[in-house]
Amino acid sequence: MDSRPLLRLTDVGRDFDVSRPWLNRMLEGAPRQLLRAVDMVSFDVARGETLALVGESGCGKSTVARLIVGLYALTRGRIEFDGVDLAAAGAGASALRRRMQMIFQDPYASLNPRWRVRDIVAEPIRVLGLAKSGDEERVRIAALLAQVGLAPEDGEKYPHEFSGGQRQRISIARALSGHPEFLVCDEPTSALDVSVQAQILNLMSELQERLGLTYLFISHNLAVVAHVADRVGVMYLGCIVELANAVTLFKAPRHPYTRLLLDAIPDLGMSGAPRTPVGGEVPNPLAPPAGCAFHPRCPHANQRCRNERPAWRAGVACHAVEEGRL
Amino acid sequence: MPAVAGWARRAWDHDLAWSFRHSPVALLAAFLTLVCIGGAVLAPWVAPQNPYDSATLSLSDGFTPPAWTEKGTRKYLLGTDDQGRDVLSTILYGARISLGVGLASVLFSALLGVSLGLVSGYLGGRLDAFIMRVADIQLSFPAILIALLIDGTARIALPREAHDALALYVLVVAIGLSKWVDYARTVRGSTLVEKGKDYVQAARVIGRRPLAIMVHHVLPNAMGPVLVIATINIATAIITEATLSFLGVGVPPTQPSLGTLIRVGNDFLISGEWWISLFPGAALVLLVLAVNLLGDWLRDALNPRLR
Amino acid sequence: MSPAPLLEVRDLRVEFPTRRGTLVAVDGVSFAIEPGEVLGVVGESGAGKSLTGMAVIGLLEPPGRIGAGEILLEGRRIDRLPAEEMRRLRGRRIGAIFQDPLTSLNPLYTVGDQLVETIRTHLELDRGQARRRALQLLDEVGIPAPGARIDHYPHQFSGGMRQRVVIALAVAAGPRLIIADEPTTALDVSIQAQIIALLKMLAREHGTAVMLITHDMGVIAETAHRVAVMYAGRIAEIGPVREVLQAPRHPYTVGLMGSIPRLGAGAGKRHARLVQIEGAMPRLNAIPPGCAFHPRCPRRFERCGAERPELLPAGAARASCWLYG
Repeated sequence: MDSRPLLRLTDVGRDFDVSRPWLNRMLEGAPRQLLRAVDMVSFDVARGETLALVGESGCGKSTVARLIVGLYALTRGRIEFDGVDLAAAGAGASALRRRMQMIFQDPYASLNPRWRVRDIVAEPIRVLGLAKSGDEERVRIAALLAQVGLAPEDGEKYPHEFSGGQRQRISIARALSGHPEFLVCDEPTSALDVSVQAQILNLMSELQERLGLTYLFISHNLAVVAHVADRVGVMYLGCIVELANAVTLFKAPRHPYTRLLLDAIPDLGMSGAPRTPVGGEVPNPLAPPAGCAFHPRCPHANQRCRNERPAWRAGVACHAVEEGRL
Repeated sequence: MPAVAGWARRAWDHDLAWSFRHSPVALLAAFLTLVCIGGAVLAPWVAPQNPYDSATLSLSDGFTPPAWTEKGTRKYLLGTDDQGRDVLSTILYGARISLGVGLASVLFSALLGVSLGLVSGYLGGRLDAFIMRVADIQLSFPAILIALLIDGTARIALPREAHDALALYVLVVAIGLSKWVDYARTVRGSTLVEKGKDYVQAARVIGRRPLAIMVHHVLPNAMGPVLVIATINIATAIITEATLSFLGVGVPPTQPSLGTLIRVGNDFLISGEWWISLFPGAALVLLVLAVNLLGDWLRDALNPRLR
Repeated sequence: MSPAPLLEVRDLRVEFPTRRGTLVAVDGVSFAIEPGEVLGVVGESGAGKSLTGMAVIGLLEPPGRIGAGEILLEGRRIDRLPAEEMRRLRGRRIGAIFQDPLTSLNPLYTVGDQLVETIRTHLELDRGQARRRALQLLDEVGIPAPGARIDHYPHQFSGGMRQRVVIALAVAAGPRLIIADEPTTALDVSIQAQIIALLKMLAREHGTAVMLITHDMGVIAETAHRVAVMYAGRIAEIGPVREVLQAPRHPYTVGLMGSIPRLGAGAGKRHARLVQIEGAMPRLNAIPPGCAFHPRCPRRFERCGAERPELLPAGAARASCWLYG
């Protein structure tokens, strides 16, 4: 087995231009405004593992997913897939990109409502020319539908005839039909009911084992992440603040934000221990705080945290951890 | 055959079909539209006379009033004009031209508007800004003015015989060009909505090219409102054509539409031959009303909020 | 003898007439809420939990209608009140909090204007008194510097702060009952905890009864005193939260609890399978006869497909399941 990482992100960043329209800028003298959605994000994903990115809305986790599959262009940094820089690969990039696919959050928006399920699932097969005949394609689609727990007859139906969970199965079948090695899963179960979520999570882990897939799993739900991930990266305001093995992260969280997130999970065990509601909210990403972005909400912040951005040291970016205060 | 039967049953059972069957207005409008279209298309077979074949005309029959008046004859149900042409026949032949021009110009403007709206919405950027500014400018002129402008330009640019031969096409383009903005704006709007949906993103991840995504993914989902606008615009186009023809810049007199008939009859209105312009006018009202009612029903039936 | 319930719902049935027949979305639902009590109503989408809440506040969207049953607020029937009287009751006696704080507020008015208007609609106060009450409310729901914030527009507040304003509006006239429909669903986890704490505080300090509708068992576990688990328009199990969550009796509740991924022992242990309930909730036009859950139930027997179970005592809770018959 190849020991090189399948995917490597190095200092990846992406800005969005959120300026007013040109005419307004000219008349009102408003400056251009850039939103730094993702900044200095680096991580590796090894073959066959599941790396999860967690964080609250607006932390940039979905942007990272979209940068990897090429839905957004990079502003800074580089992304290597199987050792090849995607930006430098030129025409080869599309051949590399075929080896990754994406599963989206909203099963009601991710399937074209006017297409039959068989056409939806067959789209990658047709684009990549993977089937030599109509018969071969039919056989392949039936196998794909069976693989995700649907019947071959379901191919004749339209998406609106299915429930949310079944639609997500169709989404997975479509993602798998081009034989990818790497799946980017952007909140694949957060629009689903818990019992359906359990079905989809079980299905995804079965598929991973059977097909040797590698997952990047984006979620805001820590319990789900704890269930699926080998390693977990915690994002806050466009940066990764802590990245660790899942067992370690959930047993011994280091960054104060990770601790906050873990404390905020509702306690199903009814231990009676009150949650400590943390004050404050995620700051406006257009005007991020100076120094460590988390300092206004952090109980351990001191003068250094307010002035100096913490460096990435051994899996965590925090002055307090670095100084041994925590 | 069972496949066809199955399809027919599904179509009959479809929400749209159900809403159609249960809307008296829609049924009436559809009936009227069908009568108008049927009369127009079948004019050569159902009209009592070919009013443009001079062999069948006799000047002595000129100015015959409608059949139910004192001097009327049963030969000419709605009377005759100055040339002895049967008014009912001229209406049937005229509706043919009116409907033809209406449909063709709507088709033309829809094709142009939908393509521009789709490209504008999907690609965005400078191209989008340019197309939409042109649309804004065009919207600040009344449609009839634009049609007059194009028609006038064509008259000056083309030699007289060529213009007569091409008059109908010029008219279609003139009316069509004055209406494309409706489609472009609507389709641009729904394209922007659809573009943001994940199924379009999924197609991009699969590696489909922008044109394929526009045509196969976005377009079918952006077409709903176009159907409604097109139906209602057929009525508007018929009226625009009638207005242009009434002003004398529309269809050539050799192929008179309802608008031409009204203009010609207008000259005799004061001298008492009211039927020459009244009946074509009534036919125009009926046709436009029927198409409009059909359009209104379609708009309501396709509106998910009212369902 | 327990105190008289504040809200009592008896055999509620909500139906939607369609051209293909009448769909029954809520069927034979009965429960009661006492003053100061938080009743959680939990269920997956399509279980009828939101419709039950809408029926109680009289905001069912036509063609939806109450087909049968009674709703009593403080012993008085409210399901047949004329629209005008029901509107006065909403706000004055019953407050409502919905999922999306942005659509619950009018973007064109400042939050102060909206609060003052709501207060003056229901209470006999002059402008100045109403404004003082508004300030007091904003302070109570935890808006920092209410004096400065009262004249801001909704879009100037963050999601969590907006939901606090919505709560302030809901409690403005001192209602006896609050219907909260997914109040934390649109919020981030760290904000959820704050809103939950606020709801609990309000119920405790004002003796307000809360009907908390949510799909999130975690929120129920932390907030509610009792919980009703709904499935296919019916109550599957109802009882004290601790009892239902830790020792569920109805096979559906058992499956539901097992399917929730948890932190704790299993954290980071990959590929542990979650408990999975096979199949999906039936559509409204195809609700099975007998117990609605029986086709998916691992413990079904003949009676389940033939006869519909009533709520039967099961431990400290009640479950509509023949296992306890």
